[in-house]
Amino acid sequence: MRRLLAWLDDRSGLITWLRHALEHPVPPRTGWWYVFGSATFIAFVLQVVTGIALATAYVPSSGQAYDSLRFISEQALLGRFLRGMHYFGASAMVLLIGIHVSRTYWMAAYKFPRELSWLSGAVLLLLTLALAFTGQLLRWDQNAVWSVIVGAAQAGRMPIVGGELARFLLAGDTIGGATLSRFFAFHVFFIPALVFALVGLHLMLVLRHGISERPRDGEPVDPATYRDRYQEMLKREGVPFWPDAAWRDVVFGAATVATVALLAIVVGPPALGSPPDPSILEAYPRPDWYLLWYFAVLAMAPEHLESIIIILGPLVFGAFLLLVPVFNRGERSVRRRPWAALVVVFIWTTIAAFWYAGERAEWSPDFSAKPLPASVLGNATPEDMEGARLFHSKGCEYCHAIAGYGGKRGPDLTAVGGRMTHDQIVARITNGSPSMPAYTRILRPDEVQVLAEFLVRRR
Amino acid sequence: MEPEPPATPPPPPPTPERRRFLSRLSIGLSAAIAAVMGVPVVGFLLSPLTRRTPRVWRPVGRVDGFKVGETVNVAFEDASPLPWAGVTARTAAWLRRDDESHFTAYSVHCTHLGCPVRWVADAGLFLCPCHGGVYYADGTVSAGPPPRALPQYPVRVNNGQVEIQTSPIPIA
Repeated sequence: MRRLLAWLDDRSGLITWLRHALEHPVPPRTGWWYVFGSATFIAFVLQVVTGIALATAYVPSSGQAYDSLRFISEQALLGRFLRGMHYFGASAMVLLIGIHVSRTYWMAAYKFPRELSWLSGAVLLLLTLALAFTGQLLRWDQNAVWSVIVGAAQAGRMPIVGGELARFLLAGDTIGGATLSRFFAFHVFFIPALVFALVGLHLMLVLRHGISERPRDGEPVDPATYRDRYQEMLKREGVPFWPDAAWRDVVFGAATVATVALLAIVVGPPALGSPPDPSILEAYPRPDWYLLWYFAVLAMAPEHLESIIIILGPLVFGAFLLLVPVFNRGERSVRRRPWAALVVVFIWTTIAAFWYAGERAEWSPDFSAKPLPASVLGNATPEDMEGARLFHSKGCEYCHAIAGYGGKRGPDLTAVGGRMTHDQIVARITNGSPSMPAYTRILRPDEVQVLAEFLVRRR
Repeated sequence: MEPEPPATPPPPPPTPERRRFLSRLSIGLSAAIAAVMGVPVVGFLLSPLTRRTPRVWRPVGRVDGFKVGETVNVAFEDASPLPWAGVTARTAAWLRRDDESHFTAYSVHCTHLGCPVRWVADAGLFLCPCHGGVYYADGTVSAGPPPRALPQYPVRVNNGQVEIQTSPIPIA
């Protein structure tokens, strides 16, 4: 056995190389903050493995993908589990790469000589988001179809090339037979191939420059001296990567995979929606959780800024990622770079806040609003009954709630009589507002009066 | 004893000019290989940009199947669906019979981001479920984020059949 290994190493050099990679000295006391890169990689491997398994049964055809997904979810042995693994694996990968990038920025690990590690990582972040979006579309149900349309509509906002870009995404004038095959090819071949190449580069760079040491106050990075200082530090107190540092990566990676598997069993994959028939209009397209915050940004952006946000937002973010390693020297400690802490906290808080808003989606009309029940109306007069009827049938209730019944897009009208007069209510109903139709075109004057009477008595 | 084979003189080392020529040749040929493989792929991927879908008239029902003043959802098939498109070849419009012989067909796509608008008959409004865009019955914007009125599709009556002309998804 030993001789066989020696032969293999003599002919390939693999074992020597692997030993070198595993035993290379790393800075001591790196701690748990350094596990997120390897965990992202493990999540990616999980995605490749489960993705290949799913691809053996998935039919990437616009007309049949939905049925094959139903087969995978409902009949195939372990199909539901694998779909769950792939979904929560994707969630983990997005989350972990987000934490990894934040940690790197927080500790300024991108500074000299690791600028290329940052840049390759930045591209990997964008590719991960692209995988997440295209993957969501491969769950080819009604939500996916409308998500493609919404994505194309956003691309369409781009000046000059917008229309062409939208056609490129749809693979034609409309959703159709060509749409899904292309997203499939991008999701399973093109983007993963780029990820493999960049992960290879990323790891090669880690071996070339070593893991960045924990930053310390008053130890600025100076390209003239950094490398010598780093090597001295390694000689003085470096520890072999395996197992001194790697055990944490393995423990955290195992915990990641275990969590994903547990969620796949307990929660299961996202349910398939209605079939991908664009003529079924009872649709409410929304992205998976990891892009829900962006959905909220688009809903809440002031109208005149919206196109600018759609176009410039991703460009500004890309430029930020590109420019970060330009500032490649100086202090690394976050205590000497308080603005860096602000940037990280700001981005995470913003995303969390918009995610929360997207989860509630109060700007969406509530199409399931039921007529106001007797319990709300109490001892209603016939006029009140008529007002309540108009309130529901004319669509007011889709956006306004009374006593918890109705949408949240507009102000709650449970006690509107306490803050608006009859005349003010009539004026608002008649004239509308930027986010409310002018009902003068919809209601007769006597209906406006009945409705206003009904509302003014809501106290 | 075997006679020694005649010693062949070692080939002269390539001159710098020859080296330069050989490396240029190799780089050029590699670029040519990449182009031969890459150009057709890029062209193939971009083909939807040059392929123009024809517009065809699709029947959506008999004239007397629609009541004057009513707005209903009609489904029909895209212009030239691929055989494997399945249900994704279907598309829809909101069709209103204005009078005996006139119809109006509205796009189902909100002009904000393309979501499917719903007709709320009692209120006479089109509502978008995504971000709350609202349109009046004539398709003009009444509230919310939509930047433009709902587009209309060409519609005609032909031999007692209402026909809608297929159109691209209205974007930008």
